Amino acid sequence: MKKKILKYGLTAVISIAILFLLQRLLMPKYVDGIVEGAFVAEYYEEEKDHDVIFVGDCEVYETFSPLVLWEEYGINAYIRGSAQQYIFQSYYMVEDTLRYETPDVVVFNIQSLQYDEAQSEAYNRMTLEGMKWSKTKVDAINASMKEGEQFLDYVFPILRYHTRWSELTETDVQYMFDKKKVSHNGYYMRVDVKPAENVPEGRPLGNYDFGENAWKYLDMMRELCAEKGVTLLLVKAPSLYPYWYPEYEAQVEAYAEEHGLRYINLLEDAEAIGLDYTTDTYDAGLHMNLSGAEKCARFLGHVLSVEYGLEDRRGEAALDEAWRGKKEAYEAEIAEQKVKYGIKDE
Amino acid sequence: MLFTSYLFLGFLALVLILYYVLPKKTQWPLLLCASYLFYFAAGAHFLLYLLSTTVTIWGAAVLIDKNHQAQKTYIKEHKEEMDREAQKTYRAAQKKIRFRYFLAALLINLLVLAVVKYANFFIDNFNGVLRAFGNAEGLSFVNIALPMGISFYTFQTIGYLVDVYRGNTAAEKSIFRFALFVSFFPQVVQGPINRFGEMAPSLYAQKRFDGRQVSFGLQRILWGYFKKLVIADRILVAVTAIFGDPANQGAYVFVGMIFYRLQLYADFSGGIDITIGIAEALGITLRENFNRPYFSKSLPEYWRRWHMSMNAWFRDYIFYPLSTSPALVSLTKKVRARFGPGAGKRVPLYISSFAAWAATGIWHGASWNFVVWGLTNWLILMLSEEFTPLYERFRRATHTEQSRAYDVFQIVRTFLLIGCVNLFDCHATLGATFRSFASMFTSANYHVLTDGSLLELGLTGLDYGILAVAWLIVLTVSLVQRKGSVREQIEPLPYAVKYVLFFGLFLIVLLMGAYGVGYDASQFIYNRF
Amino acid sequence: MEELLEILGELHPDVDFENETQLVDDGILDSLDIVSLIGEIKRVFDVTVTAGDIIPDNFNTVQAMMALIERLEEEA
Repeated sequence: MKKKILKYGLTAVISIAILFLLQRLLMPKYVDGIVEGAFVAEYYEEEKDHDVIFVGDCEVYETFSPLVLWEEYGINAYIRGSAQQYIFQSYYMVEDTLRYETPDVVVFNIQSLQYDEAQSEAYNRMTLEGMKWSKTKVDAINASMKEGEQFLDYVFPILRYHTRWSELTETDVQYMFDKKKVSHNGYYMRVDVKPAENVPEGRPLGNYDFGENAWKYLDMMRELCAEKGVTLLLVKAPSLYPYWYPEYEAQVEAYAEEHGLRYINLLEDAEAIGLDYTTDTYDAGLHMNLSGAEKCARFLGHVLSVEYGLEDRRGEAALDEAWRGKKEAYEAEIAEQKVKYGIKDE
Repeated sequence: MLFTSYLFLGFLALVLILYYVLPKKTQWPLLLCASYLFYFAAGAHFLLYLLSTTVTIWGAAVLIDKNHQAQKTYIKEHKEEMDREAQKTYRAAQKKIRFRYFLAALLINLLVLAVVKYANFFIDNFNGVLRAFGNAEGLSFVNIALPMGISFYTFQTIGYLVDVYRGNTAAEKSIFRFALFVSFFPQVVQGPINRFGEMAPSLYAQKRFDGRQVSFGLQRILWGYFKKLVIADRILVAVTAIFGDPANQGAYVFVGMIFYRLQLYADFSGGIDITIGIAEALGITLRENFNRPYFSKSLPEYWRRWHMSMNAWFRDYIFYPLSTSPALVSLTKKVRARFGPGAGKRVPLYISSFAAWAATGIWHGASWNFVVWGLTNWLILMLSEEFTPLYERFRRATHTEQSRAYDVFQIVRTFLLIGCVNLFDCHATLGATFRSFASMFTSANYHVLTDGSLLELGLTGLDYGILAVAWLIVLTVSLVQRKGSVREQIEPLPYAVKYVLFFGLFLIVLLMGAYGVGYDASQFIYNRF
Repeated sequence: MEELLEILGELHPDVDFENETQLVDDGILDSLDIVSLIGEIKRVFDVTVTAGDIIPDNFNTVQAMMALIERLEEEA
């Protein structure tokens, strides 16, 4: 009997170990190429003592450089953004953050209000997979799944990525267990430049009203922040494209007014920020490059420290130490990217 | 709840655990609950169809059986007073009563089947007739969803009704037990079509947990998933691409024909492996449905080895009763008197098998395509029957009786023949079928086989590689199977070897199965019948 | 017995059925004959031979066929 238990026990252990290793191997690593999928998970390795948390889609993780916020205002900020992060996912990102820490300010980029439900399974994956398991994650998955998606595929990602064995590369083996950091406190750095020219006007839409579901989650986010004593700040990144319709703007302004929230549309402040769309974007106006992101951070940092009175924490030994390391990584990547994109220092 | 859904796997695991954990008394009631839950998941209103069949057939069978018993008792008690003639008259009178019960239940169920499955086929043809007479209006089509597995459970219960009527099977007294026979979840969707007499003993018996049996069952389930997920659902992509575009003619038809046969076998026999495997794990014996059909050397042999339970059904309940019916017997006599014994004895065979194959065709689908498909099979079978003596003489004359090469030739020929016949199944209309069939011989585009066009059908080179290896595995298993059960042959091997074999197969299904995001969950082909 | 021999005689007038013991195994009665035979038996004796009873042993001799018919008459 004992022998039998040992036999079957061993079989189970070996089988599970093999399946676990396979799963690790087959999951996308997001360390080169599309690195956006790795952002969400990186948060958990941080010391959770942030003053400001950003949530939203690419318009947050490419628009603000946390290093500038630290160096110039002593604000310890982290961006919990992810590619095409839908508003319900941003809500759960806030909820998830509050499990670990309570920041003074949550900054939400309202671009995603226009999506009432998830548009793409691939983007769902990039946002949800990195989250640590909790009831929040379960709710986030349930709120995000498109038709045809299965909850079990999130529990056992091998079921989702089972065909990736034909696309495996060396990096899949290299980063099976340890991943390298790809973001700077959630910030996605690009140093290259592609000027914005001939940005197309938005084509007319049939309906400009944000969906019921989107509003519901914005309400939930607002209430959650109020309950926890967190200030919610709404922003719109200064991206020229996708086109931000005046009808959208009006709805957000009305909402902010009704609930006494601060809403900053950086598009309108481009001049004050000092943005130059010929040098500050890397993809002709969609996203900010390093230069643009540092300018925007400088601008927003001023608001946060002056208007919201966020404390300058430079001088706290632990933070100084941590940011010293972060700065090194930041500058190393600038150098690396300059080589990559063939940019010479002036 | 498709066999290939996570939900079904969870459901199955739960049923298996409860089945052996709960008291044995509750085993068949548990299966009944599970089966109704399974059926309910397909659509609550479908349960009405299932219930109506269950109640009518059960009731008629009980009445028939009661009458039969009463008749026997009566004759026994009155043996002295009744002479043989009187007994015969009495029997005939009772039989008439039983026949009424039988007919009533039969007609009700056939009518339901006719309405849900064939209403639109009738309407379409009726409208065609109307149009021919210049009436453009016609009837509008009805919108009835086909209840899951209705063709299978209707036929299975009609078989039972005939068995009871013939006195071959005692009627099941308990409606609940009977309801399980009708709805047993592994087989309700796509068969095999079982006989009550064969299935009942193991269906209702109380079973102890038998590790070997359960593990054999699970092995067979895994094998079924391998065929379904790795082969059928992968090749499906190419089959759909080929037959979905009428521009694909000539060589494409040839490739599509072969792919479709491979898909159909992997899909259907894989599904049946899952069904029989589940039943085995539950200690229940079901009929086999396939016996390595692609090794058949002739069409008659093929039809004894492919979808065996359905063919046995048509043989036992249509061909056989028809060929021994009084009308045919007297016709046989007349023909024999007029044209001699050779012609005479062909009459029942030709006519009954014609009817059986027309019925088989229409059972497969409500369209003329399937009727012609059935009758093409019939024609080839009859020709084959007639030419058998000729073939034998030819083989004796050429000394190829023992020739391996000739065997292979026959196998390939039969495979291609079936492929051609099955083109009826790949097209919606007869015109399209004949056109594509003819194009195989007239179209000179066989260069597409080698110029990379096959890679544009939705399958990559890697997919073709996987398919080739998977078929090699199926072929190997089939060859090993000729010496008896593969699982029995694996059993005595060392544990580590068995582990590598089965866990390896599991990993193949897991990693190479065409499932999940990116693959449309495809229903088993035979679901729609 | 008489009736049965009559039926068989119609099928194969040239066979001496009473003395043959391997009717099926020797190929005197083929499957088509059996089908005709069962139809006739049904008509004359009012019993139904079902698929399960169609085995060579039941049709190899006239005596075996008679035994089968009598058994089926009993059961009816």
